[in-house]
Formats: sequence, structure tokens, C-alpha cells
Amino acid sequence: MTTETRDILQSAADWQADGRKVALATVVSTWGSAPRPAGSQLAIAENGDFVGSVSGGCVEGAVVAEALEIMRHGKPKQMDFGVSNDEAWEVGLACGGKISVFVERLD
Amino acid sequence: MKTDLLKQLLADRSAQRTVVLATHLATGDQRLIHPGDGDPLADDATLAIQSDKPRTVETADGDVFLNVFNPPLRMIIVGAVHIAQALAPMAAMTGYDVTIVDPRQAWATPERFPEIRILDAWPDEALAALKPDHRTAIVTLTHDPKLDDPALQAALSSDAFYIGSLGSRGTHAKRIQRLESAGFDAERHCRINGPVGLNIGAKSPAEIAVSIMGQVTAALRGLAA
Repeated sequence: MTTETRDILQSAADWQADGRKVALATVVSTWGSAPRPAGSQLAIAENGDFVGSVSGGCVEGAVVAEALEIMRHGKPKQMDFGVSNDEAWEVGLACGGKISVFVERLD
Repeated sequence: MKTDLLKQLLADRSAQRTVVLATHLATGDQRLIHPGDGDPLADDATLAIQSDKPRTVETADGDVFLNVFNPPLRMIIVGAVHIAQALAPMAAMTGYDVTIVDPRQAWATPERFPEIRILDAWPDEALAALKPDHRTAIVTLTHDPKLDDPALQAALSSDAFYIGSLGSRGTHAKRIQRLESAGFDAERHCRINGPVGLNIGAKSPAEIAVSIMGQVTAALRGLAA
């Protein structure tokens, strides 16, 4: 575990303590040349602040948008990104890898 | 994730306890797995902890993602010597929390080791306090049996993933003899990398530090070197 991971979860806890809604995104699997390994995390606050990363910047926008939805309804979701995915045209991975990201609300 | 679970996870981390977060991917149900707590997925959790890599396990109820939160990597360097001045910052840059142990106060000074934690204690006392675990590398650099030997005995009694000891083949052979007299048989003392470091023809203190750092990395990543 990296020092970065510590800061991400601590940020999530701090944001929540400040009364903000928070979501966490975690890379749960990768195929091929993925930019960040499984376990990498991104914490998102309701105003759109985020720390950490789940890719080299390729899919963070889509993950943050989904995280804002999940903060509202509370149902966790697994999001897949990659070249074989329709979404790849919009938010694909330039490296040709595939990643699966689990997004959940901090309750 | 439930707030209480996140709080427990953060508490485990600050106490440097190894913990695995298990997430049922379809439902989002989560629990923490600690080593030895008898969780049904304990074996998979152990594999994840040892490799320091998360894994997804197929269960009858669906896929469960195991994310590993290992304590930070640590390096304990015994001997505030010239090589330590190169090895300490190199290890810090590689992600290790570094502690230098040397009771000789003329050596272990903040001027010689800026930004590095220094313990001016005897190695056996220092190691008893630092409690090396499976995420700790221990390197002795003093050549002095009075300092190296107690450190090595404590290291061999720990779960440290790497133990290295500076010294020529001759010095190392004598060291092994002393350890055997102290009751550490070959099965135990074979964990010591001596002469220390990868054989890259290192000459200068910085080059020797590189060879040690390479060997520590190979041990961490599970390569024999």
C-alpha cells in the first residue's frame, strides 16, 4: 500500500466528517496494459473535488460523473472501461488496456 | 462503505495492522478480514497479503474483491556508516520508512542523515522496540560483531522479509560460526544475505547501496536473487 492510498481514504473520512457526501472508486481488475493497478483508489466529494486516480486520467471524468449519481441513490456500481467497450469511444483507455472500477457511496 | 468500517480501516492502518477489505461486488456488502480471525476467505486473504496484491475471489454468492492494506514498508539500517548515508535516502525514495540504528553518537548525527530517523540505541533494544514485521527489511552495515550480531539474532527471530549483512566472504563465514554457536542453525541463518547485495561489481558506497536496494526489491517482489 502506498502513502497515496492513505491520503485518499483519510481525505474521504475528512470530507465526510465535514458533512459532505463522499464516494469511493476502486480499481478491482485490470487486463493488458492498464495505467493503475488493482486496488488504486479515487475519493470523490459531492462538489466534485477528488483525490487519487483509477487511470492515467482517461476515465476519471466518467467515474466522477457516476459517483455523483451514486451519492444520490446509494447503489454501488461496477464500471468497465476498455477498447472493446462502447464507452471506449467516449472515455476509452489510450493504452489499449481494460479496467473495472467499483464505485460506492460512503454511508 | 459504512463510516464505521472506514474508521476501523483507518485505525488499523495507523496502528500498522495488516487488514484486508472484502467487497461483494454485486451487493456492495463489505467486511474487514484480519489475519487469524477465522474468516471463510482467510486463505485468499493471506495470499493477497503475502503478494501485497488485491485479488477477486469467486464464491457461491458471487465475486468478492479483496483489497490489501499492508503496513508501510520499513527498512532498519544498523550502522550509521558511509554506505548508510547513500542507502537511507535511496530506500526512502523507494517508499521505505527508514530508521538508522547506531549507539555511537559520533556517527548517528542529523548532519550525516538529514530527514532520516535515528535511534542511538543498542541494536537488540532498538529491534525489540521497532518490532520488525513481514514488511520490514533489516540491513547491518557495521562489520562490528558487538553491533551486527545482536541485530542479526533479533532479525532472525522476526518475520522480516529481507535480512542483509555487509562483510566479505571471510567476515560472513566467521559471523555464521558465531550465530551457530548462539544456536541459530543453517535453516535459520540462511535467511541472511551475505555478502550483502546483488553482484553488480559495486565499488563506491552509493553503488553498494544500489546493489543492496536491488536485492531488497527482488526479495520484496518474490524473486530469488
